[in-house]
Amino acid sequence: MYRETQIINSGHTILSAGGDLGGAADGGELVINVGPQHPATHGVLHLVITLQGETIQKIEPHLGYIHRSIEKMCESLSYRQFIYVTSRMDYLSAHINNHACALCVEKGLQLEIPPRARVIRVLMDELTRIASHELWWGAMAMDLGAFTPFFYAFRERETINDIMEETCGARLTMNYMVPGGVMYDIHPNFQKRVKDFIQLFNNKIDEYDDLVTGNIIFQNRTKGVGVLTKEDAISFGCTGPVGRGSGVPCDIRKLYPYEVYDKVSFDEIIETGGDSYARYLVRIKEMRQSIRIVEQLIDNIPDGEFQAKTKAVLKLPKGEFYSRVETARGELGVYIVSEGGTTPYRIKFRSPGFSNLSALDHISRGSKIGDLMAIMGTLDLVIPDIDR
Amino acid sequence: MTKEELKEHITNFQPNAVFDETGEWLNVQVEATEWKPFAQWLRNDLLNMDYLFCLTCIDWAQTAAGKTQAPSNSPPAGGGGVLTMVYHFSSTVFRHTIVVKVKLDRNNPEIETVSDLWRTAEFHEREVFDLFGVRFLHHPDLRRLVLADDFEGHPLRKDFDDPVNMIKL
Repeated sequence: MYRETQIINSGHTILSAGGDLGGAADGGELVINVGPQHPATHGVLHLVITLQGETIQKIEPHLGYIHRSIEKMCESLSYRQFIYVTSRMDYLSAHINNHACALCVEKGLQLEIPPRARVIRVLMDELTRIASHELWWGAMAMDLGAFTPFFYAFRERETINDIMEETCGARLTMNYMVPGGVMYDIHPNFQKRVKDFIQLFNNKIDEYDDLVTGNIIFQNRTKGVGVLTKEDAISFGCTGPVGRGSGVPCDIRKLYPYEVYDKVSFDEIIETGGDSYARYLVRIKEMRQSIRIVEQLIDNIPDGEFQAKTKAVLKLPKGEFYSRVETARGELGVYIVSEGGTTPYRIKFRSPGFSNLSALDHISRGSKIGDLMAIMGTLDLVIPDIDR
Repeated sequence: MTKEELKEHITNFQPNAVFDETGEWLNVQVEATEWKPFAQWLRNDLLNMDYLFCLTCIDWAQTAAGKTQAPSNSPPAGGGGVLTMVYHFSSTVFRHTIVVKVKLDRNNPEIETVSDLWRTAEFHEREVFDLFGVRFLHHPDLRRLVLADDFEGHPLRKDFDDPVNMIKL
């Protein structure tokens, strides 16, 4: 009902995407809705787009279709329980969300976690990143009209999901990281299967490049499209591949290393183009770096405990704690305000998608409506992460 | 800059700022009336706080201090209470971080927008307006962000209670 109210207030004739285009003239402007159910928005995001001819004048995102008020829910969940809700934010980076929360609680408890758990966590994070980027790569190519990459990407991603399933018991919302370490030890097959995957993936990623990266049609559709300058990227708080595609060094793994990221060697990928193609390149190259990290760690998982000893009921001292990690989409911050009880008094998730989305209007203005698919694709939005 | 250097530098511009050094980062508390010039200074001064990475609000209604106004179904009439705006700033050049806090009156929370200084604030402030009811003065487009326009109340306030859609466990 409230959507109708907004439509009247905006003073334009609004048509659904399949509506009668004849009755739209209002100073030459045409307002169309993309979403909330649209294949290219990858979730329930509603964009109200003002067009002049084919050129985008303005994009107004309408959020909230999957708002669950996770922050409010967390206020009544204990420090062990609230982590499980966060798997449902950025569901493609479930491990990394859990990791951020576990880190924040550990910071509050001043808890040292065993070396074995640290390495397992990083391995899981990087496998998650590869899986997430693979899904993005397939979906992005499909948005631009190439159908095959989607199947290729899902074929390899399936292998990661199987590895996760074996060790964590779940394929998407793993809930594997707990305050103090990881929930249980890795499966005996884990190392062998990950090594098999590396071997498989090293062949496939070159195939990805052949298939899409070098494709002239793809390059024409992404080069120079949706340019985000470095200054704007910082001002909009864009992080992750979106920020790094604009030349902002913002990889939390390098800037504020956590776990064992300061002990492994990998490159922070920075492109300076700022366009959709630059953002695409960052993610493709990041997959190779993730493989590099996994290769270094998979044979060097230290022996010992996988979880530190913790009390049954966790109580954080009065104060404020902030932890940040690099998810597949950018900087995820967890801000806990504790009053000394068993539940957080206030919790805030600074989600990367939220800030990245805020740049959408700015970088799309003046582009053609067809380019929006490339821009949306390379922003790599996950809507539950934005709405929370 | 280290915490001490930051503290000294900020005191020179804002002599009545209150500091708290117990946390990971330097906390600076300023008055709501002094917020906008202070924000402009943070952005443009040699501190170069160009990256606003977190903007949120805290409702203190249920803390020991706020408990005297017993949380009942109806909010305490004119009971006061405090909302705190929390801004996390960092510099992409110098890599120092500070947290700025501004206390607001819970019954009439108003603060100047900073969306003209950090563009990410436009969405973040809309979210805080939506969930806490803080009004941002001179904001270009202050509407609810995630909730419906006809929604009543501000869910992240501590006294918010929705009998239909349970969010307390």
